Amino acid sequence: MPGLTDISLLDAAAALRKGEVSSRDLTEACLSRIDTLDPRLHAFLTLTPDLALEQADAADSALASWRKSGSADLPLTHGIPLAIKDVLCVQGVQTTCGSKILEGFLPPYTATSVSRLIDAGSVILGKTNTDEFAMGSSTENSAYGPTHNPWDLERVPGGSSGGSAAAVAAGLCYAALGTDTGGSVRQPASFCGVTGLKTSYGRVSRYGLIAYGSSLDTVGALARSASDLIPLFETMAGYDELDSTSVRDPLPALVLNGSDLHGLHIGVPREYFIDGMQPEVEAAVRTAIAMIESMGASVEEVSLPHTDLALPVYYLIAPAEASANLARYDGVRFGPRVTGDDLWDQYLQTRGSLFGPEVKRRIMLGTYALSAGYYDAYYGQAQKVRTLIKADFDQAFQSVDLLACPVAPTTAFRIGEHGDDPLSMYLEDVFTLPANLAGVPGISFPVGFDTRGLPIGMQLNAPHLGEALLLKSAHSYQQETTWHMQRPVLA
Amino acid sequence: MALTLDEVRHIAFLARLELEEEELERYAQQLSAVLEYASRLNEVDTTQIAPTASVLPLQAPLRPDIVRPCPPRELMLSNAPEEERGMFRVPPVLEKS
Repeated sequence: MPGLTDISLLDAAAALRKGEVSSRDLTEACLSRIDTLDPRLHAFLTLTPDLALEQADAADSALASWRKSGSADLPLTHGIPLAIKDVLCVQGVQTTCGSKILEGFLPPYTATSVSRLIDAGSVILGKTNTDEFAMGSSTENSAYGPTHNPWDLERVPGGSSGGSAAAVAAGLCYAALGTDTGGSVRQPASFCGVTGLKTSYGRVSRYGLIAYGSSLDTVGALARSASDLIPLFETMAGYDELDSTSVRDPLPALVLNGSDLHGLHIGVPREYFIDGMQPEVEAAVRTAIAMIESMGASVEEVSLPHTDLALPVYYLIAPAEASANLARYDGVRFGPRVTGDDLWDQYLQTRGSLFGPEVKRRIMLGTYALSAGYYDAYYGQAQKVRTLIKADFDQAFQSVDLLACPVAPTTAFRIGEHGDDPLSMYLEDVFTLPANLAGVPGISFPVGFDTRGLPIGMQLNAPHLGEALLLKSAHSYQQETTWHMQRPVLA
Repeated sequence: MALTLDEVRHIAFLARLELEEEELERYAQQLSAVLEYASRLNEVDTTQIAPTASVLPLQAPLRPDIVRPCPPRELMLSNAPEEERGMFRVPPVLEKS
């Protein structure tokens, strides 16, 4: 008999319906496992046990009446304990973005993605660690200290949704919300051996997501399998009048069809297999692609010729948007204030001392790229090359349904390994940035382990709004493999 | 593309960041390295290419003009480092006459 925190989200939902467990049982099991393991992992920045138990009891009452009447459909997320990345606002619950500049901030409202899950009966366990303002690939940029990878505590969980990925991998929750601006759901999912969905730009409302790069930011989720992600995605997705960039397109019905992939055309972009990538990563991804082919899909090599330009484009556009978005942190309306000689000095002192090094670096980079005399050469040129990167995807999706490629060039690296060399850290994002620049969705799921026992992930990308095909295809692969069922040993 | 210390000082001024001398030196070196890497974009011919500001079709949707309640003032002020009489309080910005 596996423990309550070992079962999948869908099995937990089934057990709740049958009355075999209560939401309070599930919530207490998660809270107890967090108590035991999180001192070593540091996946959470804030825990909300009182709120969680209150929501669990409410979910149990609703379940009791549902069982009596048997009438209306109960959402699959009902009564399920979840963790929320600490860049999404939850009213009255401290939301820091991993930054000292928002220490103690209690949002006056809740993000749409989260409120839809709460309305669907989910239980909120707490807020997970992140690189400061989601800027990073390792969670080392959190002002509150790094999260540790459950597979090797001396290694990073990836980032920026590293707290959410570690929490799911360690069984501290059934699923977690993350955000993906340049790979921040997919790369930590890969490093922690879980399944992560980056949604299409505009598919999930950004209302209440504290902005980093507004033309790139997306809300996604991490869970232990593709099928566990489906109820989260279906609950969060859809038009929201509070986000004018959220799309009105209806969600297609998502019907899982076992492991048969006949009729599916997969493209393998040759630019995603580069010199210097860890050979075990390439081998595992190629083996997984062969597996998908053996399940009936047709596979062909394709080219996305501007791939190598995605990194410089991203590291001009994202910092430029960040420098504008982060102008609001001035010590006037929220967050702590460092008192100066006058208002001007207060701005300088508050921002200079409460932002961390990576955030300051990106604000400076973005400010420069937008400044008089340099705008056309940097920001303007980056936006034009972005058009070419998006056109690469449009062109590829003329002939294939999905693209299959690695998530990251390596498995999880050691804490401190990239030291104070930002460019070497940025190179970790080389395979995930293009999807954000093109606005297309992606899914990352485990396809093997390296010789150190660290998980290896593979990525599928679909055309804009193609999440259903991603979830179905990853689910098919997971019907035939057991990589996603492996768990780290955390005695 | 190497940034001078004075250029970095000017960027920090534009971004309203008070930086230590040691930070200025480090950022001069690190930002120069990133900009050097980014300079490869200038080798791409984009004379016929339109910029992409958003992957969605450009739109400026209007919402219905309906009067709705706004959040209570106390709630919106509740995170302020300093408030006074229902307003955000800041240090004086005008000289006393």
